[in-house]
Amino acid sequence: MEKKLKGCCVVPGIGEGKVLKTSQSISFWGGVDPATGLVNDPRHELFNQSVAGRVLVFPFGKGSSTGSLIILELARINKAPAAIVNVRTEPILATGPIVCKHFYGKEIPVICLDEKTFQMLQTGQNVTVNATENVIFINNPSLP
Amino acid sequence: MRLTDEEKSILDGKQGEAARIALSVLVELGALFGAEELMPVSQVHIDATLYMVDAGLEFAEKIAELGGEVAVPTSLNPSSIDLQRWKEYRVPPKILSKHTRLETAYLKMRAIPTWTCAPYQNGIIPRFGEQIAWGESNAIAFANSVIGARTNRYADLMDICAAIIGKVPKFGLHLTDNRKANTLIQLTDFSNRMFENQAVYPLLGYLFGEMAGDQVAAIDGIPHHVNVDNLKAFCAAAASSGAVGLFHMVGITPEAQNLNMCLQGSKPETILNITPQMITNAEDRLWTVKNDLLDLIVTGCPHYSPAEFIRLEKLIKDQKVHSSITFWVFTNRSVYAWIKNNGILKHLSDAGIMVFTDGCPLQYPQETWHVHAAMTDSAKFANYCFSQRGLDAAFGAIEDCVETAVHGKICRREPPWRKN
Repeated sequence: MEKKLKGCCVVPGIGEGKVLKTSQSISFWGGVDPATGLVNDPRHELFNQSVAGRVLVFPFGKGSSTGSLIILELARINKAPAAIVNVRTEPILATGPIVCKHFYGKEIPVICLDEKTFQMLQTGQNVTVNATENVIFINNPSLP
Repeated sequence: MRLTDEEKSILDGKQGEAARIALSVLVELGALFGAEELMPVSQVHIDATLYMVDAGLEFAEKIAELGGEVAVPTSLNPSSIDLQRWKEYRVPPKILSKHTRLETAYLKMRAIPTWTCAPYQNGIIPRFGEQIAWGESNAIAFANSVIGARTNRYADLMDICAAIIGKVPKFGLHLTDNRKANTLIQLTDFSNRMFENQAVYPLLGYLFGEMAGDQVAAIDGIPHHVNVDNLKAFCAAAASSGAVGLFHMVGITPEAQNLNMCLQGSKPETILNITPQMITNAEDRLWTVKNDLLDLIVTGCPHYSPAEFIRLEKLIKDQKVHSSITFWVFTNRSVYAWIKNNGILKHLSDAGIMVFTDGCPLQYPQETWHVHAAMTDSAKFANYCFSQRGLDAAFGAIEDCVETAVHGKICRREPPWRKN
């Protein structure tokens, strides 16, 4: 049985993968290694975990305006997240996926959820993010 | 979004492929954030100037190769390296070429080679209320908050698109309503003495950014004698610990001549406090050095101003940097020319301090500088240096950095916010 969460499209597209969730904000520049996709900020709770191919779930972005470049590079070397889920997406975070689409023709869908719906996602769930249709499907909702 | 006939013709590719790509990106961003139209900006500051990853180089080269030229005066953020003194900065020739390719691409687009992260201290400085499109988090916070110019937090690549078109979507911090403070942060139990140590400002900024997150917040309690370089340090720290594009400092920044003004007549949704104990804790969080040994001092993050050079010259007077320590200061080409002209550069160089331009200390060539731990007066540098470079950080006022440099081990006055 799958479970459906309603969201709001930020950058359209469809992505599928395992959820990697944090309640902390993320700065891609200074926070994620552009050569490997590993979170490299030792103060971050996702330190040493890879964002590559994951549905990356975090409340909002922070920090340097270079973050977009890191996302574009991760896409170039195929280490980008499969999709991004936020509570609020600020323009800096959206820029990476938008440029990626117009420059490399690759999709990194971004979707926003309200805070309550955001709580339904947990690390390890297998989900399909359909930002174009404003929905996320949890493919294994019984996961503890 | 409502588009003009000219904008439609750009999207149809009638004004070239560079303009088509740039406008497509701007229109998509605008549509996502509810903008109804595009608006002109008078200047752009491009942040995507560090060679860091190939994707950035590919994008800039492609736009330049397609004949893209900036439509409005456009300044450039730092390169990763000192483009002129790259030998002294020990840039390996094999990586030099990528930096110079990026330089070539931007000069071909007719950008101004300012190569600085403090474009608000010299260059094309905007006026109060001016609509601009800036990249670089510290510069965005400064332009919006301290000057009262209006820019969103434009990301790398979006800044290039804005420069090529000379327009941005009309949304966010370009609009008066969105510049209202909804959070108030008050300083409690601070004495005047605590503001005598200049390190209080970056530490306050670091805390402020953590607390404000991506909200527009006002801070009350900063003394009126705060100077522009203190504000610069505050901005850089706040924009590194939070997504701070605009803040108000009551009685100091132009949109907050009083509290009511920046609240635009309403009440704050949230009121938070900063205490001296929180400053102490913030300082401890930035401190990752394990013992009192270090080999690098870094200042000029953001780039050093003439006033900061004058202070540094006084502090190092008649002393020399210890042989075990490398001391870097980063600034821009204009300030470098001034301190060369008035003799400060010679005095610093005689004392063993190295001054570089154009570059960013967070991007130094690691394979040629075998340094392990750095002391800095920049909370931004301290915040990023481990994750960016694997360098441990010690944080202190510039007076402490100079003492440390002279003695070859960490020297630190007890800061006034620490309880004995």
